[in-house]
Amino acid sequence: MTTPTLLPDGEPRAGGLRHGRPKYLEVRGLTVAFDGFVAVDSVNLDVIQGDLRFLIGPNGAGKTTIIDAITGLVPATGSVNHTGTEILGRKVHKIARLGVGRTFQTASVFENLTVLQNLDIAAGPGRKARELLRRRKGVDPAVQEALEIIGLTRAADKQAGTLAHGQKQWLEIGMLLVQNSDVLLLDEPIAGMSQDERDETGQLLRRIAASRITLVIEHDMDFVREFATSVTVLAAGKVLSEGSVAQVQADKKVQEVYLGTAGMEGH
Amino acid sequence: MELLIGQMFAGLSLGSVLLLAALGLSLTFGQMGVINMAHGEFMMAGAYTAFVVQRSISDAGISLLVSIPVGFLVGGLLGLVLEAVLLRRMYHRPLDTLLVTFGVALILQQAARDIFGAPSVDVRAPAWLQGNVELLGAPIPLTRLFILLLSLVCLAGLVVVLKGTPLGRRIRAVVLNRDLAETSGISTRRTDQLTFFIGSGLAGVAGVAVTLIGSTGPYLGTNYIVDAFLVVVAGGVGQIKGAVIAAFALGVLQSVFEFSTTASIGKVLILVLIVVFLQLRPQGIFSLKTRSLA
Repeated sequence: MTTPTLLPDGEPRAGGLRHGRPKYLEVRGLTVAFDGFVAVDSVNLDVIQGDLRFLIGPNGAGKTTIIDAITGLVPATGSVNHTGTEILGRKVHKIARLGVGRTFQTASVFENLTVLQNLDIAAGPGRKARELLRRRKGVDPAVQEALEIIGLTRAADKQAGTLAHGQKQWLEIGMLLVQNSDVLLLDEPIAGMSQDERDETGQLLRRIAASRITLVIEHDMDFVREFATSVTVLAAGKVLSEGSVAQVQADKKVQEVYLGTAGMEGH
Repeated sequence: MELLIGQMFAGLSLGSVLLLAALGLSLTFGQMGVINMAHGEFMMAGAYTAFVVQRSISDAGISLLVSIPVGFLVGGLLGLVLEAVLLRRMYHRPLDTLLVTFGVALILQQAARDIFGAPSVDVRAPAWLQGNVELLGAPIPLTRLFILLLSLVCLAGLVVVLKGTPLGRRIRAVVLNRDLAETSGISTRRTDQLTFFIGSGLAGVAGVAVTLIGSTGPYLGTNYIVDAFLVVVAGGVGQIKGAVIAAFALGVLQSVFEFSTTASIGKVLILVLIVVFLQLRPQGIFSLKTRSLA
């Protein structure tokens, strides 16, 4: 075993890190409009390092759009501040290099490249031009560690497209780890996973969130109840409620939105 | 026997020219999905580069060796300018790209006419490439052998860059999933530019090579552009090994058909064959998902 550098020990808690000056993601007045339709309507959101925040809400609430806006994939107005640095309006790859990483709703990996090559791409975005043409020997220790964390050491030379669905989602998380993101925005990381895989992923998310700014979109309320340290509820592009799982579940407005949908009271 | 070997080699040689012309396209069209009708004119620019270099360096051997990298640079820079000024605005509009680059091709042809005149010019082949070698009794021209070698070297170089280096991984990553590449911190703009530079540079090298087997005129590119696209499409868009097989298959078939019939009937047979093949296998010999085509 290598000494863990990607995942220091710790547990996430509501309110984030107790000591020092935690990093944060501060979203203010974030608005996204598509041809007059307002998908995200002046959303305010604070996520602190060390908190495992879940973002829930009915379909079409604008959850994925918020992540798209933060990562620069859709144009938005307002402000997104990452620990003192304004990131809104920057180019997508610049935002990524400022430590903001994300996964996609449909497990997105580079299908025709191997697992190792996928991780290698994520590990080296800031590579200098002259290093780009040099063949490198050996494996980056961070990449090696990420392979162990996501349990794909033996699949390192397999084409990523041939992985099982759950493994692809783990590979996505591994890519964020080696990318050195301190903000992780995960879009339905357990969709389509078996119960065992869900539990493992939940444990992994807790370890990740203990030292990072983590925002997870999830539909499965059982999973949210088990692993979230705080929850933000989104409906029709607006923040409806925020707090612990128990708090938002007790919120009348939330119950109203979820009335008639199977969401809040579990499946 | 000599006849057969001679024909086979003529086919391989034709195939190697097709491959050189198509290698660059397999990057810009195959990997990036840009239909660049001016690719042939980048070849023409490479050919005139060889001509200009030979005027300043009279030794034909040295000028050929200098022309190859300079031709790469000239083709690459033309590609870079085209990409930066026009193409980057229309990555999601393949049809517009086709028209725009066709216009650019016409402009480049006219520019070549104005600079170098309408009549063709000739580039002298160096003394060490004059004459033939005998292969099992059949005479093989040295210039043709040189082009075959050059195309294989370019092919090997391209494969090493694409498969073995971080740059190649980046190029492939951008092709496979643009959004994911961007959110992984890769500048897709820079990668697009580099890819286009290399692809267009290879056209320049191809242009230098064809000066060894024919004269150079403003319309040189039009002779190759259609065949080059055929090679890339028949091989499977985005697949270099497909392009290699397609180039040599087309070259050999064409020289066999031309030998047993006439040049124009041979061409007709080839085109019929490709149409039938693409009916049966529209994705080409190999297939890969690219970002805007196929």
